[in-house]
Amino acid sequence: MKILTEHIDVQGIETIDVFRKHGGYAAVEKALKKMTPDEVTEEVKKSGLRGRGGAGFPMGMKWSFLAKPEGIPRYLVCNADESEPGTFKDHYLMMKSPHTLIEGMIVSSYALGANTSYIYIRGELMYVATILEKAIQEARDKGLLGKNILGSGYDLDLHVQLGGGAYICGEETALLESLEGKRGNPRNKPPFPAVKGLWQCPTVVNNVESIAATSWIVNNGGDEYAKIGIGRSTGTKLISVSGHVRKPGVYELPLGITVEDFIYADEWCGGIRDGHKLKAVVAGGSSVPILPAELILKTTNGENRLMSYESLSDGGFATGTMLGSGGFVVMDETTCIVHNTLTFGRFYHHESCGQCSPCREGTGWMDKVLYRIEHGQGRQEDIDLLVDVAKKIEGNTICPLGDAAAWPVAAAIRHFRDEFEWHINHPEKATQKGAVFMREGASWSL
Amino acid sequence: MTNTQTIQFPASTLEKVHEIIKRYPEGKQKSALLPVLHLAQAEWKWCSPEVMDYVASLLNIKPVEVYEVASFYTMFHLEPVGDHVIEYCRTGPCCLMGGVEVYDHLKTKLGIETGETTANGKFTIKEVECLAACGWGPVFQIREKYYMNLTTQKVDEIIEELSK
Repeated sequence: MKILTEHIDVQGIETIDVFRKHGGYAAVEKALKKMTPDEVTEEVKKSGLRGRGGAGFPMGMKWSFLAKPEGIPRYLVCNADESEPGTFKDHYLMMKSPHTLIEGMIVSSYALGANTSYIYIRGELMYVATILEKAIQEARDKGLLGKNILGSGYDLDLHVQLGGGAYICGEETALLESLEGKRGNPRNKPPFPAVKGLWQCPTVVNNVESIAATSWIVNNGGDEYAKIGIGRSTGTKLISVSGHVRKPGVYELPLGITVEDFIYADEWCGGIRDGHKLKAVVAGGSSVPILPAELILKTTNGENRLMSYESLSDGGFATGTMLGSGGFVVMDETTCIVHNTLTFGRFYHHESCGQCSPCREGTGWMDKVLYRIEHGQGRQEDIDLLVDVAKKIEGNTICPLGDAAAWPVAAAIRHFRDEFEWHINHPEKATQKGAVFMREGASWSL
Repeated sequence: MTNTQTIQFPASTLEKVHEIIKRYPEGKQKSALLPVLHLAQAEWKWCSPEVMDYVASLLNIKPVEVYEVASFYTMFHLEPVGDHVIEYCRTGPCCLMGGVEVYDHLKTKLGIETGETTANGKFTIKEVECLAACGWGPVFQIREKYYMNLTTQKVDEIIEELSK
C-alpha cells in the first residue's frame, strides 16, 4: 500500500503534466471546490495521521489549536529541515516528486486559512530547493497557486526558504526564528506557534511527509486512511534505511509490518549484507535509543516487534525505542558501538545552539569523554560519568535537543556497557584499526 | 583593505534580492537574510566583513545582525576558501559505510587537513554533520552538488575532473 510514493519512479513525475496524469492535484480540485476548510481539517483528524517529523503528535489536533483572530494572517510553514542523522526520506520525496509536497501544501494551507506559506528547507539541499521552485512556478502557471485558485476565490502564495546549516532549525520555534532571519535559538513555550508563531502570528509547522499525506486523505477520506496501519499508528510511513543492509534506501510501508520482515524480506531491505549478522539498530533517527538485535526483533514478552509507534516503544527506554523520524540505521557485527556513539555525541555537541547550560556544557562533556574512551584514554569512572551527564541534560532544556543528545549515549551504555568497558580496559586492542569487541555468546558474534 | 565600494551584486542578482524581499510582509525584510547570504557567498565565495556589511545595507538592518547569523550557521564561510569547498559528512551512517577511509584518502590526495586550503587555492576541505543522504553514503557536497556512494576511486575521479 503506497500513498506517497506510488508513482515516484514514473519518468517525468517531477513535471506537472505527468504528475496530473497520475492523479496529481485532484485533492486541490476536491478540497477547494467541494469542501470547506473545516471539512478538510475534520478528515485529517479522522485519519489519525501523526506528525512524521519525529514527535508523532496527531496532526489534526495540532491544526485545531491554531488561533484564528480576525484580521491577523495565519501561516503554514513546512519543515523540510531534515537533519536527524539516519533520516533522508523528505530529501528523497521532494527530489523525486516535488508536486506531491506542493499539492499537500495547497490543501493544508486552505484548511488552515493561510494565504502565504513557506517551505523551509535545509540550506545544503539547495538543489532540491531549485527543483521545488521550478515545480511551484509550474503550479502557478496552471492556476494552482496565486490568486483565485481554480476559480475558488482562495489565494495562496508559496515560497521556498533556504536554511543555513543548523540541525536545531528542525525544532519548530528555532525554525521560525531562522525564517525571521535570526539565529536558530528555540523559543520558550508558551506561547506556542499556534498562537504566536511566525512574526508573532498564528502558525502551524508540519513535516514534509505529514503535509504530503493530506492530499490522499482529502481524496479518499480520513476513515480510509485510518484503515491502513495498526491501532493508533495509522497510515503509511516513509522509512529511510542506511547502514549494513543489502538495499539501503527509502521505503514506504504500512505501519504494522514486523521489524524482522522489514529487515530481511526481499521486498524491503533484503537482509544484512553478505556474510554478516545483525548487531544493532537505531530505529528512528540518531536520537532514539539504539537496540541490540534481540530487542529490535522481539519485545521482552517474546512478541514480534512491529514497525509502529506503539510496538517500537514497547518496554519503554529500558528495552524499547521509538519510531521517531523513521531514520533506520542498521549495524552489523563490524560496527564499533563506541565509535558510532562518539559520532552522535559529536553531532549533538556541534548542533547545540548554546542557549541552555545543561545542553551546551553537557553535550561538550559527553563528546570529550566519548572521544577519550574511543581513543584509548578512558578512565574507569567515565561510563558512570557519561550516564550522569546524560541524566542532567535530560528534561532540563528549552527544546528537545537536550533529550535527543542524552538518549543515544544513555542507551548505548545501557545495552553495550561491556563494549565501553572493553575500550577502557584494553586500550591497546581497542584502538587498533578495525578492532571491534565481540560479546561472547551474542547472536552477532562470529 | 577591501574597498566596500567595490562590493556590489550584479544587476540580475540585485533583482533577485528584491524578489526575495517581496516574499515577506512589509517591514519583515530581515527574513531575506539567509537567502541573501547564500547569494553573497555564491558571488564572493566567502562572507567577509565587507560582504556582510553590504548585505546589512541591502536589508536595512545592523551589521551585527548579519554577523551573529552568519556565524551561527555552518554553511557560511567566515574565512577565505578555495574554489571548490568539499564538505564531507562525518556522522554515524556515513562512517558505517566506510566514510573515514574515504575522507582520509581525500585528505592525503589533496595533501591538506580538514579546514585547510590547497596551496593553489583550488580546494578546501571542511567536515560537516549529517547531510540527509545516509543511505547513499559516504557523501560529500561541493556547493549545491551531492557526491554519493563515494569510494577512494570515485574521489580520485572527482578531484581529477575538478582539477582540470
